[in-house]
Amino acid sequence: MVEWTDFERDTIQDIFSRIEYDVVGPAALARCLVVYPWTQRYFGGFGNLYNAAAIKGNPMVSKHGTTILHGLDRAVKNMDDIKNTYAELSVLHSEKLHVDPDNFKLLADCLTIVVAAQLGNEFSGEVQAAFQKFLAVVVSSLGRQYH
Amino acid sequence: MTTLTAKDKQTVKAFWAKVSGKSEDIGAAAVARMLVVYPQTKTYFSHWQDQSPNSPAARKHGKTVMMGVGDAVTKIDDLKEGLKELSELHAFILRVDPANFKILSHNILVVMAVMFPTDFTPDVHVSLDKFLAAVSLALAEKYR
Repeated sequence: MVEWTDFERDTIQDIFSRIEYDVVGPAALARCLVVYPWTQRYFGGFGNLYNAAAIKGNPMVSKHGTTILHGLDRAVKNMDDIKNTYAELSVLHSEKLHVDPDNFKLLADCLTIVVAAQLGNEFSGEVQAAFQKFLAVVVSSLGRQYH
Repeated sequence: MTTLTAKDKQTVKAFWAKVSGKSEDIGAAAVARMLVVYPQTKTYFSHWQDQSPNSPAARKHGKTVMMGVGDAVTKIDDLKEGLKELSELHAFILRVDPANFKILSHNILVVMAVMFPTDFTPDVHVSLDKFLAAVSLALAEKYR
């Protein structure tokens, strides 16, 4: 069971209530596809991913980025049982999507960078620690059902 | 590890030219974040009386680190040779586990996002990430 301090709980709720999902989601996924281009392997059907501008303007990338971020909502609402909350999604990513779980960390890092850019100085070291801890739990839960 | 393309080098140099004026602040912020978010890194600074993230010692260390990064930008065409002495320092005297280079690099990137949100585009991010990885590799060169 993950232990969360009050500060960590409040911080996560606060961040997710403030960020614009349809800005942060698309930006994080687009950044991931640019910074770690091998992640493009999972998006063969998305059309033009030829360069950063194409990726940024790609409507399928934007839509999927928003979807992913909303996927985090469940963890935000169930911080005390993220493991079970994501059991099904973990199976999906393993059995159907065949995503190498190392990629989850890459997207998490890009999400951290995008949220940092959005929140500026409010994204203090303590806030960053709480956010990264939350994402680490999500990443671990998504990788749990792989075999 | 990949080599830096001409585009990477150009991107890094251009971005560095924009941000180097704030290099002390960047360094201080990156080191402060590192000490808070990755508390295990504090083990390298047990000799500081004040290990808090905004202590004068931490700020000074941030400045030192960024001076090294700035130096590396000027030696971007041959990091292995250019950072040879720094590598010896880290290998034989400081003996910092190279895993920590990745940690500090990550925090430098976060600080860039915080301080330069419009300039730190995905293209700049990828080139800077590659550059910091190359610097880390050059720093680890003399370890064994």
